[in-house]
Amino acid sequence: MKKHFLWLGVQWLFFLLLCASRSAFPLYAQSSSDANFLVSLGQLRDASFDDKEKIIDQLAQSGHPSVRAVLTAFVEDRLYYRNQDQKIFIARQGAEDAPTLNLLDPITLKGAGSASSDNLSRILANNHLRRVLQTTLARYGLSSPDASIRLESVQDMEKDLDEENVQLLRQRISVETDPAVKKEIASALALDSLGSSDAQARLAAVSTLRGSLRQDVLNKLEAMTEKSPDGSFVEVNEQVRQAAAAAAKSITRRRAFYSGIETLFFGLSLGSVLVLIAIGLAITFGVMGVINMAHGELMMIGAYTTYVVQVAMPGHGETSILVAIPAAFLVAALIGILIERTIIRFLYGRPLETLLATFGVSLILQQLVRSIFTALNRSVETPAWMSGTLQLNDALSITYNRLYIVIFTLLVFAALLVVLKYTRMGLEIRAVSQNRAMAKAMGIRSEWVDAMTFGLGSGIAGLAGVALSQLTNVNPNLGQSYIIDSFLVVVFGGVGNLWGSMTGGMSMGIVNELLEPYAGAVLAKIFVLIALILFIQVRPRGLFPPTGRASENQ
Amino acid sequence: MRYKGMRTAGLMLAIVMFFSVMAKAQDETIKIGILHSLSGTMAISETTLKDTILMMIAEQNKKGGLLGKKLEAVVVDPASNWPLFAEKAQELLEKDKVAVVFGCWTSVSRKSVLPVFEKDDGLLFYPVQYEGEESSKNVIYTGAAPNQQAIPAVEYLMNEVGVKRWVLEGTDYVYPRTTNKILEAFLLAKGVKPEDISINYTPFGYSDWQARVAAIKKFGSAGKKNAVVSTINGDANVPFYKELGNQKISAEDIPVMAFSVGEEELSGVDTKPLVGHLAAWNYFESINTPANKAFIQQWHTFIKNPKRTTNDPMEASYIGFNLWVKAVQKAGTTDVEKVLAVLPGTETPNLTGSMAKVLPNHHITKPVYIGEIRADGQFDVVWKTPGTVPGEAWSRYLPSDKDITADWVTLKCGNYNKATKTCSGQNYK
Repeated sequence: MKKHFLWLGVQWLFFLLLCASRSAFPLYAQSSSDANFLVSLGQLRDASFDDKEKIIDQLAQSGHPSVRAVLTAFVEDRLYYRNQDQKIFIARQGAEDAPTLNLLDPITLKGAGSASSDNLSRILANNHLRRVLQTTLARYGLSSPDASIRLESVQDMEKDLDEENVQLLRQRISVETDPAVKKEIASALALDSLGSSDAQARLAAVSTLRGSLRQDVLNKLEAMTEKSPDGSFVEVNEQVRQAAAAAAKSITRRRAFYSGIETLFFGLSLGSVLVLIAIGLAITFGVMGVINMAHGELMMIGAYTTYVVQVAMPGHGETSILVAIPAAFLVAALIGILIERTIIRFLYGRPLETLLATFGVSLILQQLVRSIFTALNRSVETPAWMSGTLQLNDALSITYNRLYIVIFTLLVFAALLVVLKYTRMGLEIRAVSQNRAMAKAMGIRSEWVDAMTFGLGSGIAGLAGVALSQLTNVNPNLGQSYIIDSFLVVVFGGVGNLWGSMTGGMSMGIVNELLEPYAGAVLAKIFVLIALILFIQVRPRGLFPPTGRASENQ
Repeated sequence: MRYKGMRTAGLMLAIVMFFSVMAKAQDETIKIGILHSLSGTMAISETTLKDTILMMIAEQNKKGGLLGKKLEAVVVDPASNWPLFAEKAQELLEKDKVAVVFGCWTSVSRKSVLPVFEKDDGLLFYPVQYEGEESSKNVIYTGAAPNQQAIPAVEYLMNEVGVKRWVLEGTDYVYPRTTNKILEAFLLAKGVKPEDISINYTPFGYSDWQARVAAIKKFGSAGKKNAVVSTINGDANVPFYKELGNQKISAEDIPVMAFSVGEEELSGVDTKPLVGHLAAWNYFESINTPANKAFIQQWHTFIKNPKRTTNDPMEASYIGFNLWVKAVQKAGTTDVEKVLAVLPGTETPNLTGSMAKVLPNHHITKPVYIGEIRADGQFDVVWKTPGTVPGEAWSRYLPSDKDITADWVTLKCGNYNKATKTCSGQNYK
C-alpha cells in the first residue's frame, strides 16, 4: 500500500516535470499529456478503491479533453481493459446488452474495433467512487446548456460542499439565467455560509433558507439552536439563533403538513390496489353469489399475460404494457368463462361445494403455471414513464407507478359502472341478479348472462394482475397473497355493491397506512382485521347493504 | 383354460423375478434423499438446490459412483409445508433408508425435521445461511452462521462505508429476529447509540412498501451516514427493491445490505435502479476462479439453459455433497455413525479458491464476500475477508450465548456451557 503511494507520487512528480517542460517543447506537448493521461488511466487497472479515488482526482486535474468521457464511462461501468495487452478502452454500451463490445479509444474517443466481453476486464467502481465520480462530473455539467442537467449538477455538488465546489457555484450564480437553478445554487451557497464566521452572513443565509422544505436544511438549522456539551449555545449570536429557531419551526410545520398528504396518498394507492383486486370479486361474489377462490389465480394469469406480451414484443418495453391490458382482460375472461361453463354452473346454490371446487381450480391453475413458467419469478419491466417519482416539492414526492395505478383503478371502476348501467349486457346482468325467474320469463338467456358476468369479473381480475405485475413478484403464488384481502373488501363494502367495494377498499387502505407508522406492518394489519370483524358484528351486510327486494332473495 | 392359467402363472413368476432382480439391483445403489420443496412458496428457491444435488449425483455416477456402487436420488416434495417436512424426512429415513439427506431451506423447516433426524440417527446437510444458535449431532451446516455473513457485513458498513445510523429491516420470523438480536447486541457493543438503530419487521410476502421506504428515507436524512441491513426474505424483496428504485434511494445515499438476496432472487427484478446496493455472501457467481467457471458450465449443461444463474446456497450444496463423498470414502462405509466420526476435519475445495473444512461444531470454514449489485443482476465483489472464517454455532455477542460452545469431537455436545460445564438443550443425553 505504502509502496503504491510512493509510486503514485513518483509518477505525479514525473507528470509535473512534464507539464513544466511543456513550454520548452510545445511540439510534444499534446502527445506527452496524452501519455500522462494514459499512465494515470492505466493505474486504474489494479488500484485499490482508495487509490482509484486519488487517480480520479489526478485525471480531473489533468484537464485532458477526454476526461469527461472517460469518467462518465467509469461511472456507467463502461470502462474496460483488454486482457492481452492491458490497454484501457471505453465500451459504447454495457456488457449486459451484447456479448461483443464496441470499443472507443480513451484519448481520441474514436472507434477502436470490438472485442468479446470474455477478453475484457471491467474496471470496478464501488458506491463511494460512484459518488466521487458524480460530484466530479457535476462540475462539468454546471456549464451544460440544458437547465435540467445544470440543476442535477448543483444537487450533486451540494452533497459534497467543499471549497472548490462552493467556488464554482459562486462563479456560476452570477451568470445563471434559469430561475430554478439559480434558486438551488442560492440555497446551496446559503447552506455553506451557515458555517461562516460572519454573523450577518449567517443571518442572511437563515433568511434565504427559511422557505426551504429540505430535511438537510432543517437538520443544520436545528443543530444551530442546540446547546453544546459545555452548556453554551452552538450559535453564539442571539439574533441568528432566534431566526434559525423560527425558520426550523416553520420548516417542520410545513413538512408535517406534506407528510400528512403523503400518507393520504399512500393510503389511496394501497386502497386502489385493494379496490382493483376486489371489484372483479364484487361482481362474481357480489352479483352472482359465487365464492370464487380462484379469483386470485385469475389475477396471476393476468400478470403472466403481461409477461408473455412483454416477451412477445421485444424492444417495445414502453408500450407492451398497454397491449397487455386488453390481452390480460381477454385471457382471464376466457379462462373465467371456461371455469364457469365446466364447473361452477353445476354448483349454483351450493356455496360450500363451489368454494371447494374453485379452491381446487386455484391449485390446478397454480401448478399449471408452475409447470409452464417454473416457480421462479418472472421479471416484468417497468416502462420508463412509469418509474421514478413526481417531485412536487422537497418534502413531497409521489411515485409514478402508484399514481398510474390509482388512475387505472378509477378508470376501470368508471368503465365497469358504465357497462353495468348503460349497456344491454349490464341491464341483463342486473336483471338476472335481481330476479332470475322473471328475467328468464322476459326472454333473457340467464345461462349466457351467468357466463358473461363471470367472464367480466374474471377479466377485471386479469386487469388487476397487470397492475400487480408492476408492484410485486410475478410468480405462481401471486394470487394467494391477495385473495383474502379481496374478500375482506367485498364483505366490508357490502355484497353486491360496487360503490361499497370502492369506499371499503379506499378506507381500509388509508386506515392501514395511518396505523402502520405507529403499530408496524404486522400489528396494523391485525388492527384492521379486528376492526373489520367488530364492524361486521354491528352491520353484517357491510357498509352498503343491498336494499329493497333484491336483498330478500339473498 | 388350463394352459392359459399356466401362462398367467408364468408371467406372474417372471414379474416377481424381475422385481426381485430389480430389488437386488437397488441394493447395489446408495440412496441419497433430497428434501427440498418443489411446490408452494419456497419452490422458487429450493427447486434449484434439488437440481444441484441431482447434477452432483449424476457427475459422481459418471466417475463410477461411490464405494463401487451407483448413487440413486430419492426426491420428495415437502411442498413448503413445515410439518410435512418432518413426515417426508421420516419417510426418507425409515422407508427409503437413505444414507444421507440434502435438504431444507427455511429455519422453521430445519427445526421441524431436527427431532426426526436425531431419533432415526440420520444425516442432514443444510445448505442455507441461518441464524445460528444450533448444533445438532446429525446436521452439517454448510451455509453461513451469523459470524460468517451478518457480522462481517455490518463491520464492512461500519469501517469501510462509515455508517453511523442503522435500519434493521426484516421479515417477521425466526431468522431475521435472531439475526437482528445478534446485530443489535453487536452494534451496541461497538458504541452505536440506541436511537441510531431502528428495527422493523414486516410479514411474509409483504408488498406495500411505500410507507416503509418513505420512513427509511426520513430516518436516513438525519445527517449521519445511514444504511439498511435487510433480512427481508423471499417474495417481499422484489417489491421492496422496486419501491427503493422508484423513490430514488440510491446506493450512494442509503446502501441496503441484504443477507437473503442473491443472483437467483435478482433474476426476477429490473436491477438498473439497484446498482450499488449490497449483499453479503460466501459465494458470488461473478467470482472468477477456474473451479467456479467449470461449475457454471456444468450447471448450464445440466439444466439446459445458459441463462440460469448460480448462487450461494448452490455452492453450499456443492460443498456439502463433496464433503459427504470424501467422508464416505474415508470411512469406507455410508453408515451414519462412522461418517459422522470422520466428518470433522474433512476438507474440500469450495468454488472460490479456498478450502471448506468441517469443524467440530459441524459448521464449516467459509470466506466472506461483499458484493455490489450491477446493472445485469450480478454482483461485483468490493470486499472480502483475508482468509476463511470458521463458523460459530453460538454468537459471542449475545449475553445468553457467550459461554456456550458446540463440539462433537471432544465434548460430544452441541450446547455446552463452559461456565457451568454442563451439556443441555438439543442432543442432551
